[in-house]
Amino acid sequence: MGKYLLRRLAINAILVVIAASLAYVLAASTMNPRAAYQARQPPIAESVIDATLDAYNLNDKTPVIVRYGTWAKSVITGDFGKTWNGGSVNDEMGRRIFVSLRLLLIGTLAGFVIGVAFGAFSAVRQYKLSDRLIGVSSFVIMALPVFLLATLLAMATYNLNDALGFTLIEYTGEYNPKLAGWDQFVNRLNHLILPTISLSLGSIAFYSRIQRNMMLDVLGQDFVRTAMAKGLRRRTALTKHALRTALIPSATYFAFAFGTMFTGAIFTEKIFAWHGMGAWLVDAINANDVNSVAAVTFFTAVCVLFAAFLSDLLVAALDPRVRVS
Amino acid sequence: MRSKVVLRRLFRNKQARYGTVALILLILLAYIGPYIGPYDWTDKDFLAFMSAPDGDHWWGTGAIGQDMYAVTLRGMQKSIIIGLLVALIATGLAAVVGAFAGYFGGWVDKVLMWGVDLLLVLPSFLIIAIISPRLKGGTWLWFVVLLAAFTWMITSRVVRSMTLSLREREYVLAAVYMGIPRWKIIFRHVVPNLSSLLIIDATLNVSGAIIGEAALSFFGFGIQPPDVSLGTLIAEGSRNATGYPWLFAFPAGLLVLLVLSINLIGDGLRDALDPGSNS
Amino acid sequence: MSILEVTDLTVTFPGGIQAVRGVSYEVERGEVLGIVGESGSGKSVTSLAIMGLLPRNAVVSGSVKLHGRELLGMDEDELIKVRGKAISMIFQDPLSAFTPVYTIGDQVAEAVRVHQKMAKDKAAKRAVELLDLVGIPNPHLRAKAFPHEFSGGMRQRAMIAMAIANDPDLLICDEPTTALDVTIQAQVLEVLKTAQQETGAGIVMITHDLGVIAGMADRVLVMYAGRPVEQGSVDDIYYRPRMPYTMGLLASIPRVDGEEGPLVPIEGNPPSPSALPPGCPFAPRCPMKVDMCDDEEPPLTPFAGGRQVACIRSHEIEHKGLTGADVFPVPVIPPSDVVRVPRAERSTVLQLDGMIRHYPLMKGAVFKRRVGTVYAVDGISFDVAEGETLALVGESGCGKTTTLQQIMQLEPPQGGRVVVLGKDSAKLDKDARKALRRDLQIVFQDPMAALDPRMPVSDIIAEPLRAHGRKDVRARVAELLELVGLSPEHAERYPQQFSGGQRQRIGIARALALEPKLLVLDEPVSALDVSIQAGVINLLEELKNTLGLSYLFVAHDLAVVRHLADRVAVMYLGRIAEIGTVENVYDHPAHPYTQALLSAIPLPDPEMERTRKRILLEGDLPSPADPPSGCRFRTRCPKFAQLSEADRRICVDEEPSVARLANAVDHGAACHYAEEIEVITASDDQEEK
Repeated sequence: MGKYLLRRLAINAILVVIAASLAYVLAASTMNPRAAYQARQPPIAESVIDATLDAYNLNDKTPVIVRYGTWAKSVITGDFGKTWNGGSVNDEMGRRIFVSLRLLLIGTLAGFVIGVAFGAFSAVRQYKLSDRLIGVSSFVIMALPVFLLATLLAMATYNLNDALGFTLIEYTGEYNPKLAGWDQFVNRLNHLILPTISLSLGSIAFYSRIQRNMMLDVLGQDFVRTAMAKGLRRRTALTKHALRTALIPSATYFAFAFGTMFTGAIFTEKIFAWHGMGAWLVDAINANDVNSVAAVTFFTAVCVLFAAFLSDLLVAALDPRVRVS
Repeated sequence: MRSKVVLRRLFRNKQARYGTVALILLILLAYIGPYIGPYDWTDKDFLAFMSAPDGDHWWGTGAIGQDMYAVTLRGMQKSIIIGLLVALIATGLAAVVGAFAGYFGGWVDKVLMWGVDLLLVLPSFLIIAIISPRLKGGTWLWFVVLLAAFTWMITSRVVRSMTLSLREREYVLAAVYMGIPRWKIIFRHVVPNLSSLLIIDATLNVSGAIIGEAALSFFGFGIQPPDVSLGTLIAEGSRNATGYPWLFAFPAGLLVLLVLSINLIGDGLRDALDPGSNS
Repeated sequence: MSILEVTDLTVTFPGGIQAVRGVSYEVERGEVLGIVGESGSGKSVTSLAIMGLLPRNAVVSGSVKLHGRELLGMDEDELIKVRGKAISMIFQDPLSAFTPVYTIGDQVAEAVRVHQKMAKDKAAKRAVELLDLVGIPNPHLRAKAFPHEFSGGMRQRAMIAMAIANDPDLLICDEPTTALDVTIQAQVLEVLKTAQQETGAGIVMITHDLGVIAGMADRVLVMYAGRPVEQGSVDDIYYRPRMPYTMGLLASIPRVDGEEGPLVPIEGNPPSPSALPPGCPFAPRCPMKVDMCDDEEPPLTPFAGGRQVACIRSHEIEHKGLTGADVFPVPVIPPSDVVRVPRAERSTVLQLDGMIRHYPLMKGAVFKRRVGTVYAVDGISFDVAEGETLALVGESGCGKTTTLQQIMQLEPPQGGRVVVLGKDSAKLDKDARKALRRDLQIVFQDPMAALDPRMPVSDIIAEPLRAHGRKDVRARVAELLELVGLSPEHAERYPQQFSGGQRQRIGIARALALEPKLLVLDEPVSALDVSIQAGVINLLEELKNTLGLSYLFVAHDLAVVRHLADRVAVMYLGRIAEIGTVENVYDHPAHPYTQALLSAIPLPDPEMERTRKRILLEGDLPSPADPPSGCRFRTRCPKFAQLSEADRRICVDEEPSVARLANAVDHGAACHYAEEIEVITASDDQEEK
């Protein structure tokens, strides 16, 4: 089986390369980093601008294909190039990557686990009050785009803190640099609350719908009946046999849900003023920062494929039928 | 006969009934509402900047004196149209690509699914964000095309896997053995038998596209001024949401209602079209 | 003292659908009660109601007493002590009845641990013992396998192991062998008998197969439209049925020991449970119907000899000694003109010469890879003469479906030759292939899947006509519908609005649309109920004779084949084991596989079933990806087992090819030690008794 996983990884690596290259070429051919320099007061001589842009490999007078060659060569050595104003993309990424990963990881896990739990519970209690409640809430949540949800949460917290007279829940930034040690840790956790809620609420709703449907499909199947015919309680048959089997299709959605998760993170980071990869993407596009855009694409492609790979592994772990003996 | 059965089942579903009623009211509001209001969406009232809702400006006014009622409804019209068009294109594309990949198999399948994988890996948000500001001055239809281009992939995978099982279905084999060309079989026997899936998918794509448009517009990457959509209005409103809540509340509320009602219909359709899933 | 006592059980589903309407029966210790009925007769619902396993929206009334204790309305805490302990159930489809993600051993052990306080490892050991008891080879290894790694027969054995884990008093078997091949069915029925001896349990055996019931049951209950219509000892029911439905049912089944001539069909279809006729539910189909039958539904009334019958004319039937053949009209089928010409002088419509079809064997759904080659069809030859029916028989996995697909595709085979109507499939261009398709058409097995559910019947039948540019489509569709016994007014309906038998007729009409010369029939009646089957078989026979068709008939049901075919080819693991005229192969089978196959078929005749000796085959079909060397059948061959070491050599080393048997014109077998024997006594012997 190891060999097949390796082959799979290789295919994924190729996809990452193509995705990043496409993003680079697209960004390099449509974005205009020169604009920022031309707008300077006092004006800078064109030759100076050219020289600066050349140094950053951003000069639009160089053909895209040549710039791409330079970029690709340096990426292979692990260097993602320079930002529009000469900073190192690698340094910037190093600062931001864990900020985003923390958010994404917690959001994904919370979304999956809580969502599946709600969905399974809902299916077992089909048409009961709790099922309807979960159903209605997930519909409302799914109708709330992340940016709305985040904005609403931020507003509500602002008002709450205002009414209380002190900051109960943090709603901006990632941590308070003035604190240290334990206080700092608690403060970080506090800062995590709102972004995590706004990021994972959507996927909780999504997974709970999926899991409910899958579970209901399985409930009518023969093996659940067999389990009950053996003398298992309905509840035991449902959890041990039905839920376990119904987890398999939900796990396949894992792969698709990650891309949505990253898009959600862009908004969450922007709205709660986290300096992560998502916020960087928006800033970079606004600043015509070609190399940063390519770097973020690279990052998301790796993340999406890793999620797909993980989802394959998860399915293989859950389902003996797809394992190769 | 079948459509009648489906409709009856759909309206027996309480959620779907509420959803349909809400959607009809929202569409009426979007298209008839503007004729009732006292202002046109391009009018600017220089005597009232950022004024709260009152008898004259029902939903208040914006920073340059636009009547929020007229502007919001105009934005909603655009959002609805974008949603419908995107869903139509995306679902159609998904059906064709998925059915061809699944039915022909072999290298056709490989190439098409590789394309799907690649599009799934590319962050759609980023691509649209890079391209759409360049479309300023161009028609907003380009934006629709872009949104649709990044919406169809997952459905086409589902269509493909369902086609794989349909391909072995005996009525499809029967058609093959009659000597009917393969593309004809796809459009006559395969795609129609996926119609339940496609109808549900198209419905949910409408709401997905509306959200997608709003999300992109939130950062200024979507609909470009002077055009307005619910997304651009929410983006503007959210900047001053605490001080001037009406700028934010009306477009945001309508967006949520719109998406919610469409999702409810989509879910009801799933029940009605696919009674086996009993979801 | 009876174990189970069911009184006036009714089950109603939402929408007022009465699936079961007053069923009463008793089962005693060690007794086998057979419940027979067609699909929709309520036989399965009855057993689920007893177990309390129906969906919650079903309303159950009446009484079900186990050892005198009422089960209906019992709460879950009590009921779980009964399920799996006092009453066990064996379900029809053993694949979906096992949870796919747990090993077989775990699932059997779970059944043990639910009712017995036992450590995990002890339960696992007990599970292995149980698997051993039901005849699963290497049980300690196989216990660790997952359900999808078991063959159908093995799964059903494991299911039985699970059912007898707690020494139940009553076993309910719901179509336990329907999904299995005949030789495997014979094995599993044998295991069931062993299980009954081990536990001394009473058995309720639910099936539509009158042959299985004849061999297993002591008493029989016949159900129709949710009600029992006749009940009695197995001999009474089979030899002296007193209800026209039972009589018709017994007369309509084709028998492997049967004689030629049309079958006796029961006209019409069973009523829908939501629209029952006012009086006797069978009246609309009954040839003995009188006006009184419509007045009220006859109750199940005691009849002589401890039996019960629900028919107002039962005493008359008894008095006159009527049988199904007397009562039901037997259709007259015109003879064929073609067959008067000797076979050698007729033209050949289909010829296969050493045809080969291999597949790559793929494994894994997520991580796909090729792990070997499936030798699905590995060099087969036969021919079909004009006006003749050749049947291709064999169990699942023998390659018969692959053969048929290869013929229908009209593409060059991987090896050998396929010649249709004198045209070699390897030499066809696109136009010639399409032209040839007019003459070669197919009828599929599953009448639901064979018709596009989104097209009205007229479009379905018109499709081939339009594809080949015929003009008079409308008239032709009407003509075709009439030809297959359907009303042309139904042309605008959708397939879902027809019953199974009618749908199959539509499929036949479509196949006949282009006036083909050769019709390929892929299990055309196996998805149909017995009473419907006969009508379709008669139709096929009539069409063949009147239209001068030739059939290639693929089937697993040897009784149907005997009835419909002129010649038969028996396939085993991608090769032909035996081929010849039906009389030769059925009456004097020479290949040990054919012999076993024929002897495994249960006959709808209790007397014969009791006295018959079966040739039971060992184990399962080997994987077609890894066939045994030499003769492919040797691993299961009863003859091989008796040979001396020296005599076996040739079977291991050399693959036998079909050789003509010395004393027959049209009879060949692929066996180094072919020897003709008789495994089924012809039915005329029976009649003399």
